[in-house]
Amino acid sequence: MSFERIKEKLDILADAAKYDISCSSSGSKRSNKNKGLGNSDGVGICHSYTEDGRCVSLLKILLTNHCIFDCAYCVTRKSNDIKRAAFKVEEVVSLTMNFYRRNYIEGLFLSSGIFNSPDHTMERLVQVAKKLRLEENFNGYIHLKSIPGASDELMREAGLYADRLSVNIEIPTISGLKLLAPDKKHEDFIKPMEAVKNSIQIYQNEKKLIRSTPKYAPAGQSTQMIVGATGESDRDVMYSAAYYYKKFQMKRVYYSGYIPVAQDSRLPALGSPVPLLRENRLYQTDWLLRFYGFDIRELLNEENQNLDLEIDPKLSWALRNLDLFPIDINRADKNLITRIPGIGLKSVYKIIEARRYSKLNWDHLKKIGIAINRAKYFITCDSRDFEKRDLTAVKIKGLILQNSASKFRKDYSNQLSLFEAKW
Amino acid sequence: MVTKPVHLSYDGSFEGFLTCIFQIFDEKINVLGISYSEQLQPDMFSTIESVLTDNSKAKRVTSGLIKKGSSAVVRKVHYAFLSEQLGIEMKLLSYIKLIFFSKIPVDKNFSNPVILEIQQIVKMVHREKHRMEAFIRFKLTKDNIFFAVMEPDFNVLPLILNHFQSRYADQNWIIYDLKRKIGLYYNQQQTNYISLEITKNYDATTHNSDVFKTEEIEFEQLWQQYFKSTNIKSRVNMRLHVQHVPKRYWKYLTEKSSWQN
Repeated sequence: MSFERIKEKLDILADAAKYDISCSSSGSKRSNKNKGLGNSDGVGICHSYTEDGRCVSLLKILLTNHCIFDCAYCVTRKSNDIKRAAFKVEEVVSLTMNFYRRNYIEGLFLSSGIFNSPDHTMERLVQVAKKLRLEENFNGYIHLKSIPGASDELMREAGLYADRLSVNIEIPTISGLKLLAPDKKHEDFIKPMEAVKNSIQIYQNEKKLIRSTPKYAPAGQSTQMIVGATGESDRDVMYSAAYYYKKFQMKRVYYSGYIPVAQDSRLPALGSPVPLLRENRLYQTDWLLRFYGFDIRELLNEENQNLDLEIDPKLSWALRNLDLFPIDINRADKNLITRIPGIGLKSVYKIIEARRYSKLNWDHLKKIGIAINRAKYFITCDSRDFEKRDLTAVKIKGLILQNSASKFRKDYSNQLSLFEAKW
Repeated sequence: MVTKPVHLSYDGSFEGFLTCIFQIFDEKINVLGISYSEQLQPDMFSTIESVLTDNSKAKRVTSGLIKKGSSAVVRKVHYAFLSEQLGIEMKLLSYIKLIFFSKIPVDKNFSNPVILEIQQIVKMVHREKHRMEAFIRFKLTKDNIFFAVMEPDFNVLPLILNHFQSRYADQNWIIYDLKRKIGLYYNQQQTNYISLEITKNYDATTHNSDVFKTEEIEFEQLWQQYFKSTNIKSRVNMRLHVQHVPKRYWKYLTEKSSWQN
């Protein structure tokens, strides 16, 4: 293969794929048999990080950026005047193998613009994965994009070679989708998700009876939503996310702050800042749902349609529920300790283990590594010293902000006056 | 009877260290310090006793730790030992004493400062092990060996062996620790420790066409191109970038090295 041409293609097709933010390489066990290449032991590895601070775990490329659709938010939309390119199947296989052998990557994340037809495109993606697994004896991670509108038969085959499948919902609301991607139907996104979910269940049940049943998408499926493109609220975004987690047993939902890629009256203007802080708060909320035992309705509801940008969502929740506090660190149930602001899961574990031996005081808690600055208003421990004043939520929030230096301060300081005006 | 305080010296190996632990308990030694023989500073006031590594004694300490604690405790002791921190031996001695003299397993009593400190050292070593699994960059040599060098803060080479052996089972590879002058060589059958003659000014960033295959430079350029193209300029966050990829590791990262020129 011609090196210069490959380099050019790689530039175009990696650049076009970078807006897909999933880079997970964990959750799949694929052990190396018969001295093949690669071994996935379930732990993901980030081999590098780009200058924007995102993990580089997989070779993330499009097979082609030719596309028959014209979605306003997408950089590869038909009407956009950009350079187009397409990889051959063998070229993708060779790049993946050579990058993997040098320990650059954990595997491949292959997506594509839709050329000819959804089935035609999906079939080509499956070909790459199949070749890697069967001909190259490759046991690294493979993430394939489910092409909306592809047949169930192809989706079934895809899952036999891929570790993860994903289809991006992109626009969290149906009305937003109608506005920005008039050629796409909501059902087209749902259908492949449904097909993958069902196949995962079938293969898992079969595996219980017959051990030699092959793996089907062992790392599950994921999806992605763009935030900040259609004026949706945080509640809209997170309620959709909670729905996909529940309905399709998603492993992950990703949130991508909209990066203006086109001049279009329906969208934020080119050069508008990416809503990074909002994105961060959404991820925090996502974590609270998946690991901290919160229900989405506790965090976002009719009265609270958007997350507070100044403070994290767990702290916001605690301030709205001051009647549940203070919590005694030495006695409370694990799931209550998990809900205290400033205490993460690692600290929860250490607290639960350590308090079996002796009662914990402030010094212990500090060394264990909890954020005392936030937690101190919500807990008591083995000490006579605790917050005795009857502080209001507004007052506590003020004290916490006053005594902390958030790296995001510059992002919300000009919004601060707005918030204060509301009170 | 109080025995005269002594300073133990050993060969620097994990088994050697465990042999010291065995002697201390077995002979009720009043120990002032335990040091790797090459690090030892002569001290006029204490006697130095050198301990000969004995695998069977080391084994007895390990099984004691498993009995009184768990295999996780042995793992923690090993990881903390590989941190090579000055004085880690005496810290581990206090840790091991806590484990041995308690009726119940105490390795999770994080309110105890010794236990917590060892836990934190283990975490640091584990983080660097994971980093090396990520940051190793192989270059293909003319004799078909995938070759990589590293200079980790801690001695993580023994910890990454299994990972690389099971992952790169169908290619020959060498990972060499330039700081400790020891490496791993896998020949598609087994992995052995080796030591190489590498000139002091070995430069990982230049291409030595006598050593490396010509295609190597192309793949490196493709990787650099990919690294550049996959970055989103409107989201640049160098603080986060450096936090994830600390500058001391840039030297041997293909995608970062050319950035410096």
